[in-house]
This record gives sequence, C-alpha cells and structure tokens, in this order.
Amino acid sequence: MNVIVCLKQVPDTESVIKVKPDGSGIETEGLKYVINPYDEFAVEEALRTKEKLGGEVTIVCVGPDRAVESIRMALAMGADKAVHLNDPALFEGDALTTAKALAAAIKQMPYDLIFCGKQAVDDDMAQVGPALAQLLGIPHVSVINKFEVLEGGRAARVTRQVEGGEEVVECPLPALFTCQKGLNEPRYASLPGIMKAKKKPLETKDLAALGLSADEVGAKGAKVKAVRYYSPPERQPGRIIEGETVEERVAQLVKLLRDEAKVI
Amino acid sequence: MAIWVFVEHREGTIRKVCYQMMGKARELADKAGQELWAVVLGQGAESVAEEIAAYGPPQKVLLVESEALAQYTSDAYGKVLADLIAQHQPAVVLFGATLTGKDLSPCVAARLGCGLATDCVGLDIDGQGNLTARRPIYAGKAYVEVSFEGRPQMASVRPNAFPMPTPAAQKAPVERVKAEVKPEEVRTAVKEFVKTAGERPELTEADIIVSGGRGMKAAENFKILEELADVLGAAVGASRAAVDAGWRPQSDQVGQTGKTVSPNLYIACGISGAIQHLAGMGTSKYIVAINKDPEAPIFKKADYGIVEDLFKVVPVLTQELKKAKA
Repeated sequence: MNVIVCLKQVPDTESVIKVKPDGSGIETEGLKYVINPYDEFAVEEALRTKEKLGGEVTIVCVGPDRAVESIRMALAMGADKAVHLNDPALFEGDALTTAKALAAAIKQMPYDLIFCGKQAVDDDMAQVGPALAQLLGIPHVSVINKFEVLEGGRAARVTRQVEGGEEVVECPLPALFTCQKGLNEPRYASLPGIMKAKKKPLETKDLAALGLSADEVGAKGAKVKAVRYYSPPERQPGRIIEGETVEERVAQLVKLLRDEAKVI
Repeated sequence: MAIWVFVEHREGTIRKVCYQMMGKARELADKAGQELWAVVLGQGAESVAEEIAAYGPPQKVLLVESEALAQYTSDAYGKVLADLIAQHQPAVVLFGATLTGKDLSPCVAARLGCGLATDCVGLDIDGQGNLTARRPIYAGKAYVEVSFEGRPQMASVRPNAFPMPTPAAQKAPVERVKAEVKPEEVRTAVKEFVKTAGERPELTEADIIVSGGRGMKAAENFKILEELADVLGAAVGASRAAVDAGWRPQSDQVGQTGKTVSPNLYIACGISGAIQHLAGMGTSKYIVAINKDPEAPIFKKADYGIVEDLFKVVPVLTQELKKAKA
C-alpha cells in the first residue's frame, strides 16, 4: 500500500495566542510549533496500515522552513519519505489553494490511500481533506474513528461518529480519509527512529516543480481573504457563591439561574 | 441573485442550525435586496420542505429529489448541489457547520472553485451581495473577519451562533425538481447507521449542558450528572480527562479535540478548566462551575461558582430543581 499523509505544522494548543495591535495577524514570536494533533492520528494510521499490509508512507507538507522539524518528527515515527512544499507563493492562501498545492504534488506519486487530519488547529477550517479528494477525483470519508482495509486491498470500511449515531461506510480505493480523535493512539518517536529520520529522503518542491502558476495558489489565488483579526470578548469575572451549607449555596444558585440569568 | 440555505435533515428532523440560518439569511437577503431560498435534498422529504417553508421565510423552498439522495453521500449531494448552484448562480450559499455540512461544503467549493469559510459566528452582507464572515480560529482564542472573491460565496454556520426565528404565518411555496445521479457516480456506501442518541438533546444543539471532568473519579459517578441533566432536559458532556479515562465516549467530549458547544447554560462539574476545554465551551451564555479546588482556572471564566465537593452539591442541586418543578 502506498500511503500518503498530509501534514501541517501548527502552534501548540497550549500556546497563548495574541492578536497584533493593528489586527493584521497573530503574533508568532516565541510560538512553539508541533505536528497538527489530528495529523498525528493520520500518521499513526498510515504506519499501522504499512505494518499490516506493507508499502510506503510518504509525508506531504505545505509549510515554511520551520515545518522541516515536524516533517522529521513524522519520519521519526516511522514514515519513509517526505515531500516539503516550501514556496512563499503557496502560503497565505485559503483551504482550496492549499488543496491545489497538495494535489499538484500528490499527482506526481503513486498512492492507494491518503490520510489527513480532520482539521488544522490553527485555522480550524476542516476543508483541505475533502477539497483535496475532490481535486484528485477520488472518494473520501471524513472524521473516521475506525479504519480497515478490506480483503483484496481494493476498498476500505470505516466508522464515523455523526450527530445522533455512528455510520459504517465502505469506500473503494484509492481514497482519502480525514482522521478524528479516537482513531488510534499516535506513537512517540523512538530514539533510534529519530536518528534514522535524519537520513530519510526529504524532497523540497517549489511552485515551478509543482507546475502551478502564482495566481492559482497562495494569497493571489485565495477566494477567502482575511480582513482583520481580533481578540474574543473577555468573559466578565463571575462570582463564587458563599454560604454556610451546601443547601444554602445551591438554593442561591438556583435563584440566580432563574431570576438573574434566566436560563432555567 | 439569491441567498441559499442548505437544509440538512435526518429521518424527517431538520437540524436546529438550519432554522437559525433561515432567520439570519432572511435578514441578509433583505439587506442586499435579494431572494432567500431554502434548498432541501433528499427522497421523500416533502415534510422537511413544508416545515422549513415557514422560517425566514424564504421566497421558495427548492426540494430536490432522487433515490440517490435518500442517504447523504458527498458524491451524490456534492454533485447535485454543485450542478444546481452552477445552474441558478446564487450569490451566497450557507450550510450548517455540522459534520455533514463540513463534509459537503468543501466538496461543493472545490467543484465550483469558490470561497468557503467554516464555522462562522457572524455574517454580514453589503448592497452588492458580498458576504463578510466572522469565525473563530485557534479554537476561539482569536477571531478573523473574512471577505470573498468571486461567486458564489459560501459559509458554514456554527450551531447556536444565531437565534431561533419564529415561524411566519405564511409558508413559502415548495418547488420540486428531480435530480439525475448515475449509480456509478456515487462511490461511497453507508452500510449501517447505529443510533446512539437517547432522549437527550445533541450536544451542539443543546440549550443546557451538564458536563463532568476528572473530578468525577469513575464512569458510574456520571449517573448523578445524568439525573441532573434529566431534570433540566440537558445534554451530558465530558472533558478530555473523562473521555481519555474511558468513562465517557469520544462523542461526549467538549473541547478543542472534541465538540464546540454554545448552550445557554453550561454546568461544569469537577472540571479544572484547561485552555483546551474552554475552547470548546467558552461561548456558552452562562457558565456554572462546581469544583472543590478554589484554584481551578474554570472559576475565572464561570459566571457562578460553588467551591465544594461536586458529590455533595450535584445531588442537592438535582433535588432543589425537582422541588422547583413540582
């Protein structure tokens, strides 16, 4: 099985995110970057598939120079090689331009399966996976929490949680799947893995190598543009309900919820 | 030019966010001097079309029917909707930011090569029908206002971002059209749907949520939260700690790697209030925190807090609410 994993490097979810005073963007100074948590499920599922069925796992990543660290981490987990799409013309786009860049790279490789995280925890767009599948002309199933390749390797059976229940879906391969929490427990990279990763092939491609023109991708090609960034309204501090007994405090709470908040 | 709202439904029940979108979309359509259409895809979905016809209300409900649309698949729905959009050229298309909406909308956007903003909590339109949208990023730690190039301009809307409209006395007409989908165009197949929802409302749609965290200590202890939820007609949520401990299923998780909820009331029991949890419930109208740790960060975000052992408080709260109901 040739498996591709789309990977994005994002700020750690613990990060304190500050909006620039002029609202033009987010302060990136001092941010710690990691593999997008949902992409870790994608890497892990790809590795498990390779372990069961043989083949190769290739990481494809759109990102600047700093993304190399996360790519190497995925290689350290066990991926075989990586393609790094690193060109400013590709950045500052929208989900569709990112999908176009990934599609251009992926069309140059053989594949049976593509795993993506369900969304990136920086922009929370949750679009690249389905859009990429559309551009490649392959079927997709999103937010899977269980994955199995069926006999013959020509189809997969997956489970996904939807509102109100769980769906079991079958899909012919090649196909793309976006990964939801609960699919697997991503492994930690071992020390030998980290050492091996340094020697694994990591190819860098730019706009020309992808055969794309500047106005198809990045900021020029984007149909969704950021106008301004702003901070969420601060929640006003509330109050701790005081009282001698639990009964007293609960009675007060009920009164406040009914009369002040009017939510019950 | 028109604004379209994609109306999602399952077994005759329309997703709550679709009603909310109809209300907001009516406002946008009026501002831009445009028509509003509700678009229903399905098979045997007349009752859905009749129901949504009163909300907004739209100029019309487009009911698109085909055997291939009986079950949602991105192939069938994506093709039919994209073809319809190409045919009728609406200026704006709105989807609920539900799992289906977030699956379908990027497929349609990719087919049409148009812009799509996900999980929007604010929408506006100018006189020329150009949409601007406000959406959370970094799990709601920041927000961005976006504009669009080209047409159509699409957005998926977060449940509870907009209020429920009241139904109009006058219902819009329903226009029925048939869709053509060749069987080979639908590549995925839903083999099984196992209903897991009980009587309680769905988390992202609930008005009240009772939620438990690490302080619950064991799976069976969630029973006291379920009893409280029953009195309140609430949904029951959980923090990542409770889910990772195996006490509650992933589908109950509220937080950055779980669901984002925006109820009127969120009661957090034994939840410390980590940033990632707050990301999932920080836009709740009112937050109540019950935790025996006075230093728990959740108290800084809660409107009302009780610093006490939740096992002492919750049963008393349930009793008090039962009394009040009687």
